[in-house]
Amino acid sequence: MATVDTTFTRRKILRDELIGLYGVVERNLYLTKRYFLWDVAFLLWTIANTLTIVFISRGVDLSPAARNELATKLLVGGVIWAFLGIIFEIVTETVAWERWEGTIEYTFMAPVSRPVHLIGMGIYAVIYGLVRAAAIFVAVVAFIGIHLPHANYGAAVALLAIASISFIGVGMMTAVLPLISPEKGTQLGFVAQGLMLVVSGVYYPVSVLPHWMQWIAKISPATYALRGNRNQILHGAGIAWADVWPLLVIGTLSIPIGLVVFRAGERYAKKHGKLKRSG
Amino acid sequence: MFTSAVSVRDLSKVFSRRKGLFQRRRRAALSNVSFDMGRGECVAILGQNGSGKSTLVRLLSTLLLPDGGSAHIFGHDVFKEPRKVRRLVNRVSVEASFFKKMSAAENLAYAARFYGMGPRETHAKIPVILERVGFPSARRNESMENLSRGMQQKVALARALLTSPVLLLLDEPTTGLDPRSKQEVQTFIREIREAHDSTILLCTHDMKEAEDLADRIGLLDRGELLFLEPVEDVKERYGVGTLEEAFFAATGRTYEDERTEDDEEREVFA
Repeated sequence: MATVDTTFTRRKILRDELIGLYGVVERNLYLTKRYFLWDVAFLLWTIANTLTIVFISRGVDLSPAARNELATKLLVGGVIWAFLGIIFEIVTETVAWERWEGTIEYTFMAPVSRPVHLIGMGIYAVIYGLVRAAAIFVAVVAFIGIHLPHANYGAAVALLAIASISFIGVGMMTAVLPLISPEKGTQLGFVAQGLMLVVSGVYYPVSVLPHWMQWIAKISPATYALRGNRNQILHGAGIAWADVWPLLVIGTLSIPIGLVVFRAGERYAKKHGKLKRSG
Repeated sequence: MFTSAVSVRDLSKVFSRRKGLFQRRRRAALSNVSFDMGRGECVAILGQNGSGKSTLVRLLSTLLLPDGGSAHIFGHDVFKEPRKVRRLVNRVSVEASFFKKMSAAENLAYAARFYGMGPRETHAKIPVILERVGFPSARRNESMENLSRGMQQKVALARALLTSPVLLLLDEPTTGLDPRSKQEVQTFIREIREAHDSTILLCTHDMKEAEDLADRIGLLDRGELLFLEPVEDVKERYGVGTLEEAFFAATGRTYEDERTEDDEEREVFA
């Protein structure tokens, strides 16, 4: 009788984890392909939503230059709101969609590690979110006729990518919520998104917020993404270290905290029998 | 060298649900269950709905944490070394469970990636394994939602086999299938036993299926494992001619008896 190989070399484990990461991204590509028209419809809704915000600038009595600046600030807020929304939605779907399809037990009993699984979801969310944010940006600029002669798009995308590390970390914390509450957990992810943006100056400067909220704004990654992106789009600024280092610090902390929170939630779900399709 | 493929000792699991604001109701899904399985052996666990079969499978699949006892699979502690155990185990459950908009081939590829199989490997293996389970090759790129329940269950078998598990957990794999599909799945389980070196734990409430497929049969009743023996030994022990009669002799109830409120709650809680 042949012996069963139950040894696992470090090299094989690493290789398997990378293939697992690829598998998560690949699966999301398949699903995007299958739900493409639904995604286009959702994109149109987000563009309409962003337009309702940016049109506010057209109703304000300002000089044309000041109006253009206000429209750009609102546009950056709207685009980042949409970008963050997609990241939270996709990372939260790590659990919610699998439960809805009934595949959750198969995925969670597979040997891929949870960090790789969640980071795979995060990577796809960032790629998809960036493409979508670019589409919203271009559509609104073309529709309203905003002039952006100095915009530094490369720096804007790079800063958003850096900020995404923190967004994924926070997304991991909210991804655990559908494990604990299958019915309401996903909605709580949107609550986290809204709370993060309200303190980060999404459509207004942080300085207008009450003092205690300004303190919270300092630990929100969206604050630095919004500030940096506005400077890059309006004034053609590069990637400012003043925006990058807080994002790196928050990102370095939020990913491990996100994983710890998710692991605790998974343990709770295993203890209470919630890791199954019907919750 | 492993003394046994599966070794379960005093495994217990209690579920609780909130009742009112301050109270919780507790129901034991498994109570001190112990058994061993030899390598290459097929063991069937019989039991009614809510008897604890699925809880046992979910514990061995690392999807639940126990309240007591231990379980080892090929020497690895299921609850302390879950990732090592996951590489050795796969399962087929009563629900086929797939991404419905994705095709059979895409679903299989997704599952295989989590077991370290790259695109080149799955490209070669998926058509072969689908053919082996009797799935028409021409339909492998169709959405799962367009496939019948029997077809979906064949893809579920293919998914489990694709990862070459040394322990296959089958949790009511034929429940809800039409007679022909049921027969095909059972034939395939026999083939797996002959062609592979897999150890199989089959949980079912179908006594005939258990008798036809398994080397030994266990009876799980209200979370307790009443016996686990070759079918002839069971019949001899109770002096009966059928498993139905053995169930009656062991529990004092018929297999089709109406269940109590406690039984219903045990099923819902688990």
